[in-house]
Amino acid sequence: MRFWPFRRRRVHDPLVCREFVELVTDYLEGVLPHHERVRFEAHLAECDGCSGYLEDMRRLVGSLHEMPEPPPDPATRDALTRLFRDLRGSA
Amino acid sequence: MRTDSAADEVVQETWLGVVKGLDSFEGRSSLRTWIFRILVNTARTRGVRDARNVPFSALEKEDQPAVEPAAFDADGRWTSAPPRLETDPESGVLSAELREQVLRAVEELSDDQRAVITLRDLIGFSAREACELLDLSEVNQRVLLHRARARVRASLVPFVEVTN
Repeated sequence: MRFWPFRRRRVHDPLVCREFVELVTDYLEGVLPHHERVRFEAHLAECDGCSGYLEDMRRLVGSLHEMPEPPPDPATRDALTRLFRDLRGSA
Repeated sequence: MRTDSAADEVVQETWLGVVKGLDSFEGRSSLRTWIFRILVNTARTRGVRDARNVPFSALEKEDQPAVEPAAFDADGRWTSAPPRLETDPESGVLSAELREQVLRAVEELSDDQRAVITLRDLIGFSAREACELLDLSEVNQRVLLHRARARVRASLVPFVEVTN
């Protein structure tokens, strides 16, 4: 865990950007412990780079949610149609 | 699954399993979770047979940073503000070009990362459901989701810098 030097820091030390980006998922998942969330939000309030990063992460996740499902592959669709027809025939 | 045809066969086998097992569905989970569990089990069974597949549970290279170290100075601050992702002004989602790249990036992730980001972000399962389906601890699920999202974001950066 050499990229997480904040584990060795004191809890009340201010967060820096390199640490912030590693906490973004825990923050969005709502699992940051209270004192970490306070540090996270304190940094967020004063750092344009990090607030842009967080906003982009939210948009990325939002965009993934909005992705249209790819249409089924024609061969798969045909195979499934055959499968269901056979099943109905044997029922 | 490493190949489209293997994936297609898994889908077919899954539906067969769903139809055959529907009588035994007890409603303890949602139908969607139940169907996905059959899908995951089918894929795993096939994965064992498919020698090209890496073991599903291997957490590989998960200690990589979310953002390349060169983006930060010695004090850990951004050397310059990170590039912003372009969004469609009306919908607020990423531009069409970036969305295409997002899907390519998801396909290139490790199996574990791709499975987690697909279930969580593309399909919209809860963290608990994803853990259950993939047999992951909550912490491992979050680590995989974090790395997956970070890698996908990183793959978009070159496209943003070109267009800005």
